[in-house]
Amino acid sequence: MEQFLEYFLSGLTRGSIYALIALGYTMVYGIIGLINFAHGEIYMIGAFTALITATALAVMGFPPLAILLLAGLAAIIWSAAYGFTIEKVAYKPLRSAQRLSPLISAIGMSIFLQNYVMLAQTSDFLRFPALIPEFQWLAPWSHIINTPRFIILATTAVVMVLLTLLIRYSRTGKAMRATSQDREMALLVGVNVDRVISSTFIIGSSLAAVGGVLIASYIGQINYFVGFIAGLKAFIAAVLGGIGSIPGAVLGGLILGWTESFATGYISSEYEDVFAFALLVLILIFRPAGILGKNSTQKV
Amino acid sequence: MFTLQELRKSVIAALWFMFLTFPILVIRVNPLERTILWRWENMLYVGLGVFFGSYAWRELLRRKERGLKRRAQGQAEEKTGFFQGLAENPKLILPALGLVLGITLLFPHLVNPYQISIMTLALIYVVLGLGLNIVVGQAGLLNLGYVAFFAVGAYGYALLNKHFALGFWTCLPIGAGLAGLFGILLALPVLRLRGDYLAIVTLGFGEITRIVLENWGKFSGGPTGIRGIPRPEFFGISFSLSEAILYIYYIMVFAVILTIFVINRLQNSRLGRAWVALREDEIACQAMGIDKAGVKLSAFALGAMWAGMAGVIFAGYNTYINPKSFTFMESVIILSIVVLGGMGSILGVVLGGLIMILLPEYLREVGNYRMLIFGSAMILMMVFRPQGLIQSKRKAYEFHQDKGAA
Repeated sequence: MEQFLEYFLSGLTRGSIYALIALGYTMVYGIIGLINFAHGEIYMIGAFTALITATALAVMGFPPLAILLLAGLAAIIWSAAYGFTIEKVAYKPLRSAQRLSPLISAIGMSIFLQNYVMLAQTSDFLRFPALIPEFQWLAPWSHIINTPRFIILATTAVVMVLLTLLIRYSRTGKAMRATSQDREMALLVGVNVDRVISSTFIIGSSLAAVGGVLIASYIGQINYFVGFIAGLKAFIAAVLGGIGSIPGAVLGGLILGWTESFATGYISSEYEDVFAFALLVLILIFRPAGILGKNSTQKV
Repeated sequence: MFTLQELRKSVIAALWFMFLTFPILVIRVNPLERTILWRWENMLYVGLGVFFGSYAWRELLRRKERGLKRRAQGQAEEKTGFFQGLAENPKLILPALGLVLGITLLFPHLVNPYQISIMTLALIYVVLGLGLNIVVGQAGLLNLGYVAFFAVGAYGYALLNKHFALGFWTCLPIGAGLAGLFGILLALPVLRLRGDYLAIVTLGFGEITRIVLENWGKFSGGPTGIRGIPRPEFFGISFSLSEAILYIYYIMVFAVILTIFVINRLQNSRLGRAWVALREDEIACQAMGIDKAGVKLSAFALGAMWAGMAGVIFAGYNTYINPKSFTFMESVIILSIVVLGGMGSILGVVLGGLIMILLPEYLREVGNYRMLIFGSAMILMMVFRPQGLIQSKRKAYEFHQDKGAA
């Protein structure tokens, strides 16, 4: 039972990080129908920016709480800026191109960003500073949940609620939903589609940055390649839940997190990544639209 | 062109990228020793580079826009580029073929064995590129796990040789067949998927293959791989090292010629046309009565077979294989060969393969920046020249309106 609870919680933590990154995939896909391969790299850049800012501030002698806030803020700002720029450089000129072109451009962008960070920083693993303080009041429950896990779960929950409110009630959110339903129609009724797409990238990238900072301080080390596999897993989560659906991304993330956590716990840890891909193939065979996705018939 | 407005745009772009690259390019921290290194000179380079680069970027975009508009109005053949013109001139084809054949046959006698073996490697990638070209360029199915089939061929030869002492020539068809079988196995569950899902599933398949090879030590030798794979022999005659290098080079030249011949024949066959139809419009293609599943399966299987064949030759060439040779990055390199050369174009892919493999070998300084250049080249090609170095021209009947009659 103890072991089961441990796996359950580690799956939940893992899953909520996947969900944070998967949201970016799903939102972009919902609006321009493109798999943003470079999304995992945004997450990696967020983690790197946080690491650089945090270490620099620590050397300058800032107090821990200020470091935590400033590093998180820097990660969000720069990730959003990268997301915005990537869309303008690699995807916007290709809006009317063939189906395959933006996908290849996205892969190119992902490889470019990985190598850019590797050459500008280092190819070694860097130790991520422990930004999150221990909460004393959590001590009585420490055998169930430790502080980093608690922070990850709480932050994810808050971010999800904020995102849902944003999409449901704000002007931008309404414009986003309209664009994702029918881009041309949205354009006709006066939605600035270019701005909607930009803000989608900005929001998605900020979520990825939050995920990046949380997971990096949880695991404690990063290198330039972490974005790749995390991005893939998050994409699987998005497909699992039904790509384009926001609650689907969260559900998919959690299911993937639990699958991995239980499978590595009870079966084998060497094949961790294999389980994720096997799950993807299974879902694509039996329910290609995903768990919460709508089965849409293509009209000609 | 050099108006004030343009200047403003470039300055804004330069400032934006200086801001963007600030944390990653300028600051370098060492978390253990708690030191910070400021590299302000990088910011200057980025600023200058983006300032001038953005002029070129906008000019090229404008040019592309004009070209598209011209084509939309249906007037004036666009100017054919230099390479395109050379590739399409019918008078040049025979002499060019003769020249290339002459160079290929003479080449190994003019250079040292090291150069020959680099060239052999480049030719292996040419075959891989041509194989992937069937799947991506012609059938329009983005396969990101292509290297897995390469691995199947290489491990197929290595293991069959180790356990059953089968020779190179026996293993060549077996390896190709095995890879083709894997291609069908992979294609079966993904037949219903659209392009982007397909990309991810194939990527996953490639990663799974590598992970299994790395972890299933008893079967594949684990991360250390398999050593001592024999080089190919000639009807029971085995060669000395330098002779063997030459021999593999000729095998590879023959393999390239065979591949080009088969693919060229396929291109204009019923199957080849079905692939193109599938790429252009899946629904219309089904409506025309083309068996979608069969066509997709055949594209996957044929593409995989060439990779398997290249894999067997690679194992014989290297005499040593391990999972490191079959990472996702290899798939990306093969894909960039296809994309840079020109999707669907045989000549383009051959050129692309030679450029992509030989250039980094001879320009050692660029070695570190290799993947960076590949990545940006993929983006730039897609934005400015999606048809690649050499565009594949399909045979088509064209209706020319008679200007006098109208």
